Amino acid sequence: MTVKVKADPESRLSGSETLIHALKQEKVDVVFGYPGGAVLPIYDALYQNPIKHVLARHEQGAIHAAEGYARVSGKPGVVIATSGPGATNLITGITDAMMDSLPLVIFTGQVASGVIGTDAFQEADVIGITMPITKHNYQVRKLQDLPRIVKEAFHIATTGRPGPVLVDIPKDVAASIAQVNFNDSIHLPGFQPTTNPNVLQIKKLNEAIESAKKPVILAGAGVLHAKASEQLLAVAVKKKIPVVHTLLGLGGFPADHPLFLGMGGMHGCYAANMSLYECDLLINVGARFDDRLTGNLSTFAPHAKVAHIDIDPAEIGKNVKTHIPIVGDANEALNKLLQEKGSSSMCEEWLDHIQQYKQKYPYWHNEVKEVISPQGLMEMIHTMTEGDSIITTDVGQHQMWAAQYYTFKEPHKWVTSGGLGTMGFGFPASIGAQLARPDKRVISLVGDGGFQMTSQELILLKELNLPIKVVIVNNGSLGMVRQWQETFYEKRYSQSILSVQPDFVKLAESYGIRGYKVSTSEEARTVLSDVLQDDEPALIDCRVSPTENVYPMVAPGTGLHEMIGVKP
Amino acid sequence: MKKRIVTATVFNHSGVLNRVTGLFTKRQFNIESITVGHTETEGISKMTFVVSVEDDRQIEQLTKQLNKQIDVLKVSDITDQAIVARELALIKVLSNGQTRAEISGIVEPFRATIIDVSRDSVTVQVTGDTEKVEAMIDLLKPYGIKELTRTGLTAFTRGSQKSVTDLKQYTLLK
Repeated sequence: MTVKVKADPESRLSGSETLIHALKQEKVDVVFGYPGGAVLPIYDALYQNPIKHVLARHEQGAIHAAEGYARVSGKPGVVIATSGPGATNLITGITDAMMDSLPLVIFTGQVASGVIGTDAFQEADVIGITMPITKHNYQVRKLQDLPRIVKEAFHIATTGRPGPVLVDIPKDVAASIAQVNFNDSIHLPGFQPTTNPNVLQIKKLNEAIESAKKPVILAGAGVLHAKASEQLLAVAVKKKIPVVHTLLGLGGFPADHPLFLGMGGMHGCYAANMSLYECDLLINVGARFDDRLTGNLSTFAPHAKVAHIDIDPAEIGKNVKTHIPIVGDANEALNKLLQEKGSSSMCEEWLDHIQQYKQKYPYWHNEVKEVISPQGLMEMIHTMTEGDSIITTDVGQHQMWAAQYYTFKEPHKWVTSGGLGTMGFGFPASIGAQLARPDKRVISLVGDGGFQMTSQELILLKELNLPIKVVIVNNGSLGMVRQWQETFYEKRYSQSILSVQPDFVKLAESYGIRGYKVSTSEEARTVLSDVLQDDEPALIDCRVSPTENVYPMVAPGTGLHEMIGVKP
Repeated sequence: MKKRIVTATVFNHSGVLNRVTGLFTKRQFNIESITVGHTETEGISKMTFVVSVEDDRQIEQLTKQLNKQIDVLKVSDITDQAIVARELALIKVLSNGQTRAEISGIVEPFRATIIDVSRDSVTVQVTGDTEKVEAMIDLLKPYGIKELTRTGLTAFTRGSQKSVTDLKQYTLLK
């Protein structure tokens, strides 16, 4: 595809025009942002040479939307914010993207070069502040560097392990005019990620599979970034190895497949966690052995030989001792593994054993007549949408219930904040997700706590007429905090009960969106089936059982084999 | 805790030292010393770190994390290789007419030099590996050290890896 650009590369351009031109070269079709003093030149260029711009009502909303867009489309999310407070309002989103390896390119305005370092109006040391939370960052010192820096920023954000890259542009650089060259090639000798895995290591893995009696694959979001879902399925089927997903990996493997064991970790299912505990060969594909997944490390996979495929060598051996390290792209590694000759693992007995766990100890919950059970609500939405919607969640109990009960057949439909656990993420993320996939139904599952952190973005549903259905799983509390206080702090519910709430229906209506409040399963069913028919935004305040807890659970400090709240 | 010597070749971009030390803070690595300077190539600097780590896993993590920095071109843990490693110390020692000759006698076999003399002190400059510098300091301590500053270690691998690696074993006073 060729990109038509108005600007003639040979002519003299301003910094802002150069930026817009460079963004078009990178095939950016939407940017999320918020204007302000230091980015006035950039917004002026955008006015004259438009790229679709989504005006969030808070910079945090803009960056979470960009994350949702990146997660669903696989393309980098682009954000523009002004200097000082504009930039600092992005910090949570940048950190979230860093933790969950999402490709973002963020442009922040900066005060003019001459006054940097003088505590000028709306000045913040954004380079210093974002150094530990970006994959890389740049401050543009002269206009001639800008085209190369933009190219490098997009390359770094999307190559190897994806991540956020920030470009800080002083106002005078954006306003200056010069002859710029768009043909400068990138020069990054210090950034050469290994994508092609070592064949000898693949052979070792193949041999380990052949001699394994209890193998299991742990598949993380690396599978999704590498677009390796088909290869994962092929390997699992060919080698007869069951698959466990991390929270962020969900969707990488079809949930209705007999080899799928479910999600592992703190609120994972029993079969998944026990398979990780009992296995003799653990094949990690693109997961980072996060503490919420491993539980107590000293009892994690104690009998297993560990193989780890990861594009980031620093993840291998970081938390778990690894016997077969494989640095490379998950797609290429799994493809190479498929090319290796060799039989499947000898594990019929193991598969039977794990299947029994799966049958005997599925997720479970009580159905209460009077109130909506949150788990039942997830099941209801799953059934109504045939498991085919894009689901974004916030963080907390509803997130875990969604992960447990809204299962996917396909990848790139699950948008959630994993590593950082960012409340306020889910709703704005749904806006980016819907813009990335206008053809798909997007449902934003949020808690009553987290939703209030970024609810101002409701206006975008109206403004852009996005047919997102916002489902508030309303238990009148910060449910996960309340659950931990109940379990580990003797029911001292310190600051976790939200007894006074806004009228969410009126809130929606004030933004020009239909709002509903439902208190019984029947009502929920009626309203949901109704709003899922149309292409208009809607908000449904679902009053769910306020005392329900997320189970099963690996309590902090315990091992995966010590789950509590397993189906009796 | 084990001491390791790690070198990193880096782009001399603004903020690169900040990136590296920030990374050390974020990952809780302990830096004993750090030296930075230009190399033979314009725009490229070399950093030498002495770090104390708990185990091999930690030093592996440190080198891997350093390698992930875009401005870092090459990272080597050279502790177990044949290396030349030197640091410089300036030591201001109390001295009067009587002790000056004595101090001079201590300094000489170390190939250290007295670079400043005042009525009540002398300043000694000593160059060598860490052990030698520490031995020098120990010997001067009884006279009373007024002020002390050390550059930290800078190092690279020897031209030939086959050469004798333990020269210091044979003599302290080389």
